[in-house]
Amino acid sequence: MKNRLKVLRAERDWTQADLANALAVSRQTANAIEKGKFDPSLPLALKIARLFNLAVEEVFIEELIVEDSHSTDI
Amino acid sequence: MIDIKNSDTIGTEQNNTNISHLALWTLAWLASLALLRFGSEYIWNYHPGYSISVLITHLALGLAMIMANVKHLSNLDELQRKITMDAMGMTLGVGLIVGIAFEQLEDIKLISFEPEISHLVMLMAVTYIITIFIGSRKYK
Repeated sequence: MKNRLKVLRAERDWTQADLANALAVSRQTANAIEKGKFDPSLPLALKIARLFNLAVEEVFIEELIVEDSHSTDI
Repeated sequence: MIDIKNSDTIGTEQNNTNISHLALWTLAWLASLALLRFGSEYIWNYHPGYSISVLITHLALGLAMIMANVKHLSNLDELQRKITMDAMGMTLGVGLIVGIAFEQLEDIKLISFEPEISHLVMLMAVTYIITIFIGSRKYK
């Protein structure tokens, strides 16, 4: 799942440590979420969205798998 | 703007405190194990009363160690908990699979010594450390 955390953080001139502190998580966790390596739980995603006064879908962008339209129907 | 500086130092301090408690309970549990094993042989000459007292103390310290571990886990954030739980799952799996296979080695005459539980404990400890390291690297 992609996200806009890096941009949102930069807009507020926050470091990753600041973000981690605000979310009460480790810096490793904040970094992993920002890089898209780790998808946060729903409560943490809501907390992140609330921190930036945005809706969850404005922070996190689902990577939709494009299905092959030519696949054979069974 | 939200004041976000230094708001999580309490969480980090709590983590460090929990780790210290876990280390202390583990040391106490190990010391009681040594006392149980060697005390009965060298100190109280297998007197059942002393042995049972130390055994109960040893089990109580083990329970305290487990509770300290549970408290430590509950204070981790979700990624740290995932890394730890993954490592624990892998350790349990490796311990079970390799432990049972290793136990058969003497029976089928592939090794000449008797497999000890300490070998299994060492294997599990090494597995846990390696999987924690790999998990931490993965999410770096």
